[in-house]
Amino acid sequence: MSAERLRVERLAFGYPGRVVGRDVSFAMVAGEVLCLLGPNGSGKTTLFRTLLRLLEPHDGAVLVDGASIADWPRRRLARVFGYVPQAQTGTFPFTAREMVLMGRTAHVGLFASPSAGDLRHAEAALDALGIAHLADRPYPEMSGGERQLALVARALAQEPSILVMDEPTASLDFGNQVRVLAHVLALARRGIAVVLSTHDPDQAFLCADRVALLHDGRLAHLGATADVVTPATLRETYGVDVDVVTLTREGRTVRVCVPSLQRRLA
Amino acid sequence: MTAETASALLLSIRVAVLATLLNALVGVPLAYILARRRFRGRGLVDLVTTLPLVLPPTVTGYYLIVLLGRRGWLGAPIYHATGWSIAFTWYAAVVAATIMALPLLVRTAKAAFESVDRDLERASYTLGRSEWRTALDVTLPLARNGILAGLVLAFARALGEFGATLMLAGNIPGKTTTVPLAIYTAVQTGEDAVALLFVGVLTALSCLVIVAANRLGARAT
Repeated sequence: MSAERLRVERLAFGYPGRVVGRDVSFAMVAGEVLCLLGPNGSGKTTLFRTLLRLLEPHDGAVLVDGASIADWPRRRLARVFGYVPQAQTGTFPFTAREMVLMGRTAHVGLFASPSAGDLRHAEAALDALGIAHLADRPYPEMSGGERQLALVARALAQEPSILVMDEPTASLDFGNQVRVLAHVLALARRGIAVVLSTHDPDQAFLCADRVALLHDGRLAHLGATADVVTPATLRETYGVDVDVVTLTREGRTVRVCVPSLQRRLA
Repeated sequence: MTAETASALLLSIRVAVLATLLNALVGVPLAYILARRRFRGRGLVDLVTTLPLVLPPTVTGYYLIVLLGRRGWLGAPIYHATGWSIAFTWYAAVVAATIMALPLLVRTAKAAFESVDRDLERASYTLGRSEWRTALDVTLPLARNGILAGLVLAFARALGEFGATLMLAGNIPGKTTTVPLAIYTAVQTGEDAVALLFVGVLTALSCLVIVAANRLGARAT
């Protein structure tokens, strides 16, 4: 049985004066991939910000290894939570190595500089994501996919036990989407608990052990992927008719969503 | 140049530099708190720090006398304890200049802090830097040009302070006569050459200030 890494208890979250979601409870174990699924505006980003304590919860608790994170200093939080935001065009021309090295912030002394050991961690993270060749490339000059991988490497350099990824495949081309999802699975195999948000149910099928379906700020469904992502729940959440098709090929079973679109006959 | 003229110039510079330093020490953290923190009474603090900018200088001067004068709320206990009063000393000129220039610094610095992208601060938090260190290492450097522009404006305002200074510090040659007060006296007594000298110095300084503030303000974005 894997160790429990994260427990969220009856969390109510939102912005000062405005509650976006409430009564959210779930737990995660090491090595698990939990997909937070929901339409745009359902509160996924707000929930993540609350997990990372960028926002204060309105109610409820977030617990790591049994302890509430409410009073944790930032340093301690950063040693547990690695955050991967959506890659955007950067303002500052940091190289990939420098960016990933920044992931070591929580491990470097308050007034110290990164050590040789920190540099090794950074290089290892770049290697793990297959972007060692980009080490000296400035961030703004990278492609969208390369930037996203650099951000994942940065989070990895924090040596987190929990990885929080906010729509990590948004605005990536098909190939890069697949690459990022492959990395998500690889990171989970290392024992990291990964929670990623997406609005695409197919991604949940591709990489998630469990799915939390967020609808209007409430956890409408939580459970194994195949149990949560069904035509009924998808119609309830997205308002569209979708077929869930099971494909078996060379011993592998994969589920896929097929929207019921009517093609006009010529 | 006479001894009195030199004394007025030196005093003005001393007062303006000290006032700006005090404003920097108090005003920059205050601007940060107003820009970033929500707390009860925030509107009131904002109002009070802006007041010296809008109130007539003699009104502010009056309040300073009520507070710090020999019979003032703070001034009286100090006088009874030590026999010393700040009124009619050059320290009073510093206090007056500081109070009058504070709003300029706070408003400019506050705007500079507000213009810093909060996502950059959040990134710093998620990487493990505390709010305090982030304010110093991320927010402050990014707001630096705006803050410098505010300091330059505050310096100019402190240099040109007249009304409140006259009320609390008086116009004592060689002791509390700053350049603006000296110009007033010189015009009253018909010493045109002296007045012209001071006017020229202050005008030149003010032009420099405007150019500097504009350059810094432009570089802030």
